[in-house]
Amino acid sequence: MTNIKPNSSSHKSDPNRRQVLAGSAAVAAIGAFGLPVGAQTTAAPAASGAFASLGVPHVRRDGAEKARGGAKFAAEYSYPGMVYGALVYSTIARGTITSLETAEAEAAPGVVLVMTHENAPRLERPEPFYSSPTGMAGSSTPVMQDAEVLWNGQPVAVVLASTQEEADHAATLINVAYEEADAVTSFDVAAESAQTSFYAGRDLLIEEGDAEAALADAEVSVDLSFNTPAHNHNQIEPHAVTVLWKDGILRMHDCSQGVDLSAITIAKVFGISSAEVHLSAEYVGGGFGGKTVWQYHILAAAASQLADRPVRMSLTREGVFRICGARAPTRQRVALGSDRKGRLTSLIHTGTTMKIENNSMTEPFFEQSEHMYRADNMHLEIRAGTMDMLANTFMRAPGAATGTFTLEVALDELAERLAIDPIELRVRNEPDVNPTTGREHSQRASVDAYREGARRFGWVPRSGQRQGYREGEWQVGTGMAAAYYPYKRFPGGAARITLDREGGALIETAAADMGMGTTTATAAVASERLGIPYDAIEVRHGDNTLPGALIAAASQQTAAIGASLTAAHEVLLAELASLVPATSPLHGLPAAELGTAEGALYSLADPHQRIPLIDLVAWSESGTVSAEGQGGPISEWTQDWSMHSTGAVFTEVRVNSVTGEIRVPHITAIYDCGKILNSKLAESQFRGGIIMALGMTLMEGASFDERNGRVMNPSFGSYYMPTHLDVPHIDVGWTDIPDPQAPTGARGIGEIGMSGPAAAISNAIYDATGKRARDLPIRLDALM
Amino acid sequence: MTIEINNRPYDLPDDARISLLDFMRERLEFFGSKKGCNQGACGACTVLVDGERILSCLALAAQYDGRSVTTIEGVANGDELHPLQALFVEHEGMQCGYCTPGQIMSGIALKSELERGAPSNVSSDLTVAPRLSRDEIKERLSGNLCRCGAHNGIIDAVAAYVGGEEQ
Repeated sequence: MTNIKPNSSSHKSDPNRRQVLAGSAAVAAIGAFGLPVGAQTTAAPAASGAFASLGVPHVRRDGAEKARGGAKFAAEYSYPGMVYGALVYSTIARGTITSLETAEAEAAPGVVLVMTHENAPRLERPEPFYSSPTGMAGSSTPVMQDAEVLWNGQPVAVVLASTQEEADHAATLINVAYEEADAVTSFDVAAESAQTSFYAGRDLLIEEGDAEAALADAEVSVDLSFNTPAHNHNQIEPHAVTVLWKDGILRMHDCSQGVDLSAITIAKVFGISSAEVHLSAEYVGGGFGGKTVWQYHILAAAASQLADRPVRMSLTREGVFRICGARAPTRQRVALGSDRKGRLTSLIHTGTTMKIENNSMTEPFFEQSEHMYRADNMHLEIRAGTMDMLANTFMRAPGAATGTFTLEVALDELAERLAIDPIELRVRNEPDVNPTTGREHSQRASVDAYREGARRFGWVPRSGQRQGYREGEWQVGTGMAAAYYPYKRFPGGAARITLDREGGALIETAAADMGMGTTTATAAVASERLGIPYDAIEVRHGDNTLPGALIAAASQQTAAIGASLTAAHEVLLAELASLVPATSPLHGLPAAELGTAEGALYSLADPHQRIPLIDLVAWSESGTVSAEGQGGPISEWTQDWSMHSTGAVFTEVRVNSVTGEIRVPHITAIYDCGKILNSKLAESQFRGGIIMALGMTLMEGASFDERNGRVMNPSFGSYYMPTHLDVPHIDVGWTDIPDPQAPTGARGIGEIGMSGPAAAISNAIYDATGKRARDLPIRLDALM
Repeated sequence: MTIEINNRPYDLPDDARISLLDFMRERLEFFGSKKGCNQGACGACTVLVDGERILSCLALAAQYDGRSVTTIEGVANGDELHPLQALFVEHEGMQCGYCTPGQIMSGIALKSELERGAPSNVSSDLTVAPRLSRDEIKERLSGNLCRCGAHNGIIDAVAAYVGGEEQ
């Protein structure tokens, strides 16, 4: 049995917990942890005491500032002469603007500029994701460059005024006339001409053997259809930017998930170099895949240039729904065939989603089906129809969020037909190597996660019979599902380490922290790597003038930072070696034979030979020692290994037999995500994904008017999300087995929580009521 | 026309359209109160007016002549965090931090609401003071949305603050 780390189910502080975790960190630092520098060859300076940082539940570094209300977000920077922006949105899905009446708005109190396609500066089209290595825009749709309208909600005018009230009022005075063109605003219509699509450089089609024939021949099978709607990120901070053009620099205070890529993308639109854009985002009020480059950035900067005034552009909540993309709707088919023992002979996961003409983002909902289970024959395929709508985009666990829902419900239905416990069915199809690539797993303990989750939840094994029971008017049931998310690490990571005279270190990296705790985790990784106490590490992030081009996406940023710190540390060792005096036994040793620990440079061969870092820094000419490194090749996951995180989610559901009301009083989830760097923040990350998935399962959906492509519920009053009373205490745990191929042993934890709960809840609803729910969201009308 | 914010007087704006939230943020640069939806649906703008919580995005500044407003910037004692602020940090009652000021202001207000026996939608008996429970706390905080999913930590922090941790 794997060493599963218990995770306090009560939140009372447990004085022993820190010790347990610190102890495991100390072991990891010298042993199984895979430090690429020679530290694992010596039993000497191990991380201990103040130096043990990984796994320790440090409170978040920015916690007090956020609790005080002192954390400054994008719309909270002010400049003299700053004006406020308001947008006018198109009311047709496709067509041409035939007239724009702006005179009344221009004459309104406080107005300094009305910008339309008639007077906007000439701009390049933004580079969307996958169009170039640095593309960060949601689409390549031109930004206010002509009279063409491509979606319902497209900005057609910008008003700048001295106050927000004046700008908002003036925006209502603009009259726009259109000549409408035919538009595809119905998913049904788009689906008719859907084509096999592509994503991240590959076709979304995998065929192994003849899955249809195997399904037809299977001893037991299920063949199911599912629907999922569009979902909005709904970060509580609406997208905003404060812009200033000064001294040849475009200064932007943004809420970006990737400051460097945002800056490069915006620079290209304006035909300037990225060195002429200074973009920072120290605090980001939630991202979830949606805080990328949308038209408002470009419109704010263009209007600021035209008016020669600093501009604050804060989108209204409705504005976020109109111009910032959402997760695409899907229609999925999952068909499974097996022999009587539950060995999968056929796995078919196909379906249709939508995209727009000007993006390359196809919701990759079959990804978990490639990697979770072995099957003799497979057919995986995603078709995308093109719609005249707001661009769809990445949202927490793209693909896996809805794809795991459908696959894991299908497995539950198959388990029932086989009269095999759902966990046992998954265990019987656990792959020895990656089912589609054939690569070895870098580390995988899915079965341990299933078993530990079952134990902690109190799972009652079943063989084809529902275990649900009735309690008064409530029908009670339980369900489980597996969770899945891939490991990734993107190129572009870099970090700079600067040692100071007091024995501390400054870490600088252009990483983003939308609340995950990036700076806290980075400080811990740096502390462990450098052998410098956690509290003596300062971290600067969220500014494109810092090293690296990182993006907080695909749960990969921590790995990217870890690899960057490893590289910077190697450069630092060479710098330190050059400062070793001739009288020292360390003199002449190459960097590869040196390490740092406990505030000292030491010989790997003879760890007792050491020089305090503060002495080396004091001997340097500048009084600081600085080194920058770039994360190395990313082949660990692109070529060498199968690297995926998995988990198991268990839920108890209560359905009211009179009203259909659904409650979820109990959730247990166990994850196999490699090493957990900070238990306190990790718990919160996992729960965050689970809670967003709870919303996806039971309430969320963006509704489009299929006649005109307009979002009908662009508000928190009509797009429902979980509130406190909807959310139970969520019991989470993890295997905590370091992945030897990941830079810090950690595979990333930000998105896997989003995968699994929807199926676990749907399966529990079936257990409670006998009704299968295969369309999201599962609202009470589906169960009455 | 003056308003008191965190114990200091300010002249109210001439423009009657300005919400209390926008007045504080855009005119006085009290950015601690957040604008999440500007329609009373998220709670990020929650402040206390004479001790009672309100949604400052739904309040016109001009209506608050002579009233005393407390914002998140006004609850700490200098460098020393308010007890609930400290509990939010300890219990990881936040991620991005954008909803946090509103959650804390609601948490402070709900303690006094409970202490004076005000019932909520989940109170089972309206004739007696509500029994302290996690559901009472959750219900009273349900007007404050969190999207990162820090709900468990938030409720733990507020429960510890109101003394309901053992419930």
